[in-house]
Amino acid sequence: MARIVAGIATSHVPAVGHAVDSGRTEDDYWRPMFQGYEFSKQWIKDNPADVDIIVYNDHASYFGMDIMPTFGIGTAGKYEICDEGYGPRPVPVVMGHPALSTHLAASLILDDFDMTVLNRLDVDHGLTVPMSLMYGQPDAWPTRVIPFPVNVVMYPQPSGERCLAIGKAIRDAVQNFDEDITVRVWGTGGMSHQIQGARAGLINLPWDLQFMNDLIDQPEVLQHKPHLEYMIEAGSEGVELIMWLIMRGALGDDVNEVYRFNHVPASNTSVGHLILTPKD
Amino acid sequence: MKPNFEQFTDIPGTTIFTMEMAQKGFQLNEFCMSLRTQENRDRFHADERKYLDEWDMSEEQKQAVLTRDFQKMLDGGGNVYFLSKIFAAEGMSYVQAVSTMTDMNVEEYQAMMVAGGRDIEGWRSKKERGEA
Ligand SMILES: [Fe+2]
Repeated sequence: MARIVAGIATSHVPAVGHAVDSGRTEDDYWRPMFQGYEFSKQWIKDNPADVDIIVYNDHASYFGMDIMPTFGIGTAGKYEICDEGYGPRPVPVVMGHPALSTHLAASLILDDFDMTVLNRLDVDHGLTVPMSLMYGQPDAWPTRVIPFPVNVVMYPQPSGERCLAIGKAIRDAVQNFDEDITVRVWGTGGMSHQIQGARAGLINLPWDLQFMNDLIDQPEVLQHKPHLEYMIEAGSEGVELIMWLIMRGALGDDVNEVYRFNHVPASNTSVGHLILTPKD
Repeated sequence: MKPNFEQFTDIPGTTIFTMEMAQKGFQLNEFCMSLRTQENRDRFHADERKYLDEWDMSEEQKQAVLTRDFQKMLDGGGNVYFLSKIFAAEGMSYVQAVSTMTDMNVEEYQAMMVAGGRDIEGWRSKKERGEA
């Protein structure tokens, strides 16, 4: 039987990817942020897993407005890296796990989550920047990955309730997979940031810290937070944080907080990061 | 549930990319998506007007692109992740591009970010600010 062994939440700022790719992680501007991930890089080495299910959003990199899936799941054997306007990031291709993907996609659909099945998918910074933060710059990524893209770009995004529920369904589906493998679920994006309009640059750190506390202690309450509150309090792009609820739902009722880190700013963003493990 | 696309209009200095806005900006955003290949970026930079005329965009949207008026592009249904293809192709960062939508120059904007970002106090509601 497969098991979910950890949840990882992290921002996925594109400039962080540039800093890694151009060897600037030791610059004065970047050092404090990357230092906050040193613990995590060691922890993930010491606590290996077979598969990472990475909940992220595409940023008009693979999906345009032609097709905009609310919830998608990659079922491919590998995923190439998107050209986001300046050529693809120089990171290894992302290898998939078609057997678990297929099981997950089918389970979720049978549980009434109408997934978009993605046999072809290129992945952008939303997925690769978290991997760079946790794994550094290896020649090949150490795990198999199942990309789980969510529409957080166009309103209406899925509700918080729906995100928590689909996370719980991911947990059930993983536990019903017959192979004896270990799985982590990642929730990426956020925290508060706004990258458009006269209000651009908005950061709301007290709100971010409360969001982390609630995510850990009372996700059943947090799930009811309306989109409008995210957009007012965490900025128009802060609504990405609904993706963290999917990760949280996949961990069961109670969790251990292994690690927490916050840093302002990376580019325009309040960086937040959590490592959680399920209690049961 | 009946959708409420108007609920966001009281947020100051903010254009929420709703499904309605996505309708309005479809061709503009499609143009942006086309810049994901080097070949198209080169063609666009060689003759911007000619390249834009290949798209069924309004004249207002085209002018906004030509003058790099990102706020006008947002007003025309553009979304910043799509628009990022325009400025990324010119080697511009999010901080540089985003600052142009504020009342600050890029140095002032960057200084605000390094000092902790824009404080939300006073930025929650147009009504509160006397803008509505
Ligand atoms: Fe994002």
